Amino acid sequence: MNILAILLILPLLGFVAALVLPASVTKRFVLWFSLLIFGVSLLLIGTVQMRPAAMSWVTDTAWIDTPAIRFHIGLDATSLWLVILTTFLIPVAAYISQRTILHRPKEFFAYLLLLEFGLIGVFSSLDLFLYYVFWEVVLVPMYFLIGVWGGPNRIYAATKFFVYTMAGSMLMLVAILFIYTKAGTFDLPAILLQMEMGKIGFSQSEELALFLAFFLAFAVKVPIFPLHTWLPDAYAEAPTGATLLMAAVLSKMGTYSLLRFNLNLFPRASHDCAPWIVTLAIIGIVYGALIALVQPNMKRLVAYSSISHLGFVVLGIFSGNQFGLDGAVYQMLCHAISTGALFILIGYLEERNKSLEIVDFGGIATPAPNFAAVFLVATLASIGLPLLNNFVGEFLILQGAAQANIWWAAFAALGVVLSACYMLWFYQRTFFGEAKVQMADLAPREWITITPLLVLMLWMGIFTQTWLPGISASNKVLLDRTMSKTVAMEVTK
Amino acid sequence: MQLWLIPIFPLLGAVLNGLTGRRSSQGIQSAIAVGSVLLSFLWVLKVLSGAMPLETEIRESYFTWISSGTFQLSVDLVIDRLSAVMLLVVTGIGTLIHIYATSYMSHEGGYYRFFTYLNLFMFFMLVLVMSGNFLLLFVGWEGVGLCSYLLIGFYFLKQSATDAGKKAFIVNRIGDFGVMVAMLLLINTFGSLDFQTIAAKAKDMPVELAIGTLTTICLLLLLGAAGKSAQIPLYTWLPDAMEGPTPVSALIHAATMVTAGVYLCCRASALFEHAPIAKDTIAYIGLATAFFAATVGLVQNDIKKVYAYSTISQLGFMFLAVGSGAYAAAVFHLVTHAFFKALLFLGSGSVIHALDGEQDMRQMGGLRGKLPITFFTLLMGALAIAGFPFFSGWYSKEAILASVYAHSPWMFWVAVLTAMMTAFYVFRTIFLTFFGEYKGHAHPHESPAIMWGPLAALAVLSVVGGFVFNVPHFLENVLPAHAHGHDMSLEIIGSIAGLVGIGFSYFFYIVSPGLGDAFASSFSGLYNLVYNKYFVDEAYDAAIVHPIERTSRHFLWRVFDQGVIDEGMVHGAASGAMGLGSLFRLLQGGIVRNYAAWIVLGAVSIFSAFALLGGAR
Repeated sequence: MNILAILLILPLLGFVAALVLPASVTKRFVLWFSLLIFGVSLLLIGTVQMRPAAMSWVTDTAWIDTPAIRFHIGLDATSLWLVILTTFLIPVAAYISQRTILHRPKEFFAYLLLLEFGLIGVFSSLDLFLYYVFWEVVLVPMYFLIGVWGGPNRIYAATKFFVYTMAGSMLMLVAILFIYTKAGTFDLPAILLQMEMGKIGFSQSEELALFLAFFLAFAVKVPIFPLHTWLPDAYAEAPTGATLLMAAVLSKMGTYSLLRFNLNLFPRASHDCAPWIVTLAIIGIVYGALIALVQPNMKRLVAYSSISHLGFVVLGIFSGNQFGLDGAVYQMLCHAISTGALFILIGYLEERNKSLEIVDFGGIATPAPNFAAVFLVATLASIGLPLLNNFVGEFLILQGAAQANIWWAAFAALGVVLSACYMLWFYQRTFFGEAKVQMADLAPREWITITPLLVLMLWMGIFTQTWLPGISASNKVLLDRTMSKTVAMEVTK
Repeated sequence: MQLWLIPIFPLLGAVLNGLTGRRSSQGIQSAIAVGSVLLSFLWVLKVLSGAMPLETEIRESYFTWISSGTFQLSVDLVIDRLSAVMLLVVTGIGTLIHIYATSYMSHEGGYYRFFTYLNLFMFFMLVLVMSGNFLLLFVGWEGVGLCSYLLIGFYFLKQSATDAGKKAFIVNRIGDFGVMVAMLLLINTFGSLDFQTIAAKAKDMPVELAIGTLTTICLLLLLGAAGKSAQIPLYTWLPDAMEGPTPVSALIHAATMVTAGVYLCCRASALFEHAPIAKDTIAYIGLATAFFAATVGLVQNDIKKVYAYSTISQLGFMFLAVGSGAYAAAVFHLVTHAFFKALLFLGSGSVIHALDGEQDMRQMGGLRGKLPITFFTLLMGALAIAGFPFFSGWYSKEAILASVYAHSPWMFWVAVLTAMMTAFYVFRTIFLTFFGEYKGHAHPHESPAIMWGPLAALAVLSVVGGFVFNVPHFLENVLPAHAHGHDMSLEIIGSIAGLVGIGFSYFFYIVSPGLGDAFASSFSGLYNLVYNKYFVDEAYDAAIVHPIERTSRHFLWRVFDQGVIDEGMVHGAASGAMGLGSLFRLLQGGIVRNYAAWIVLGAVSIFSAFALLGGAR
């Protein structure tokens, strides 16, 4: 049996089951079921790690005959870790929502599983059409998670999120259909093979147009400056569980897809557009950091910091070398863990004090020293302190940027300086000084959620060899293919 | 040789105290804290005694930390003669200060928290000095910065303390930006971050290639070093750092962490030797810092502030030595400075402790009889820093002055003037604190033996340290050296400068005590300028900090992000689509008569278009 196929079906079955089961047990059921899914996903690791460069756990059968749409899924090291990231964080989101979601809990928890179904699909699809279907599947549960269970301004935020993402992905659908007319298939490996053999080729302007159509969809999702303004609203209004998943996993749909589709399918356009995209990424890094500096709302602060961090990932991807790509993939995972932890902790603060405004807090270190210590670790991870996770990703990305152009790296590194400014200022105003509010320290249930994340921060900061060699091998395949393409084109020019 | 044990002991101490501190007694906490550092000191001694004379380095490689493609970076710990010197200083003085702190901090809340941070600091500092490559050094580098942040802000209820901690971290981050970009360039240039590999490759580099890249790299490293070692233009955090408890000032902000910049320059000496412009820059920065910090030290009234500016000034001396190519002299001064400056801080701590927290020297005086041991040990420290002949500071200062003279005579004279000011302000603290009449209202008492013990040990080191430890000789073959003759007249000039400084101080504060105030009032403009530290903090705030914050708040966020992008572009696009939609809605209102009208209108316009364009020919 193919474990990946089972893994993909499980959340869908769970979703249906959650809808059928009596409301009183749904939240427990979803928690345990998502933990089971997480356990199953761990079984995938061994095989992929043995041959990280190739696709493992491949299922490839016809789904629709005409047009030829295939159910083609598989994993390399990069997609493996994104899938596991998803399966890991869904139970976390379910667990932190156990006590906070009181309104229509049945639907909330069911949607988590539907979301998981879409996310695993996005990260494992190898057929463009299949991929597009999963891409849109993700949108639906998230729309409801924000719109039904969000804050006071939730309808606005949800609509903005939905319309913005939808509008971005329409052109991608057109581009996918265009590719189909050329290649006669939606199958990504088949298309790549045809391109390699020279059976299909795009003219320069065609390639550019297709590249931009894909890019727009992903740039909205990441988001890349200046397409980011849906994000602070969505992150701030969504319930903690949904914010966690948006920041940690949904943003990676964009960056992963840039890597998987834009770089693979359009190497020449990627190469030509890289300086422009990198410029946007660097603007995003500095701009996000500067705006984070002056945010009065904690969730918005971390949201803007996310824009800054994701700029690093985009920078790495379009540096177009081994360091950059490895760093980008690693940073996707690291950002998910550290920003996820911050959103969870901010959620705990919101539960305690019914506010997200920084001015309503202060001096928490006195009544809640453990909370302060844990939050400090997450803060330090976020600002890229060595031995914690983000440092590794940022270092590799900066090295990649430096090899492409040292000025890229120098400007991006300003973001590292600024991250210390906004995070430490935030930390000072929230945790130091005379206690303004009384609040309880971390409860056992909160420790249960946050401890694995803390362990991962350290583990990913020190023992990077669990991940990096496999990721490196996966990226090398991509680089070898696109390099030969771009080099060949340089020669013909 | 199990080198990893050296940093691991303090890390274990930090973890133990951090996890169990809330439930254990102060005795256990201090045993863990002091014991872990002591173990690490003993292990250093054991390793070194087995490895002497340490002609070649000991290197242990543990595991791959970061890799990408074919690039591999492993966790390497290395002991060569340079790191041996640093290890002895860090663990030796670290142990003394830990012992002192067990008593000094015993009445403070958060006792275990203090020692957790302090042990954690030791761990990072040891990683810093034992690292075999730049990136692992950077781990220690950032780590000590973190501990410095935590310890400066130890009294986190006080706004000024947390402000100072944050400022220290952020200013250091600006310096770290330099180190980071320098490392990127190093990998670009050498494909490695290993000290040995880089040194070997740098030697073989063709000069025309080397100059540009290496100068850039060295200037960037210098930015980092200036941040950590509080040099112009990044020195402003160190005076504020005195918000931390006094043992922290002694250990981190005098003896060990702040010297990391000097250490970095020595570690990278192979690069600096190929980058003369960068080296000159170091010399200028060092000299300027030494001089200006000394002038500020002349007029401060807070005893810890005086010593803070003194530290900046002395670090400037070390930078001046590095810039003059006298790396070994710089390390020598680093060592003796660690002795006497730790002593001065701990001694001032003993005074502050005795006066229930009073730090203003105008509220002190006449403490000689009340705190005899503190007085005597502090006096030894003061003589050492003033460069009194045959005290430790004298040896290292003379070594620096000699090489500066060989490098550039005018710099020598400025340095001599600075040395004179140093003697002056240090003895000013001694005279104001221990002589004259007591002006405060506390009931001063001598500190317990557990506090004066370390003082006494440091006093001995301050007196004989320069004579006993011939650091320049020990480092001869490890660091680049520029031979120059031994010039007795320079030593005499240097010694006289110190004595004159002490003499002036005696005249100003003992013979005619009103004189200082008279000077201050007759040159009030200059005095205010210096007293307020040349308004550099204010200038930075006005030129950098406030503009960034205001632009971010009022322009980037409110106007650009919310106004232009969100309101203008996003909502603009949305309302554009709505507008267009409602326009087209008119076309399909469901009223047949309207459809007919549109058809007629459309037909007419098509035909007229044809007619205008010349018809269908």
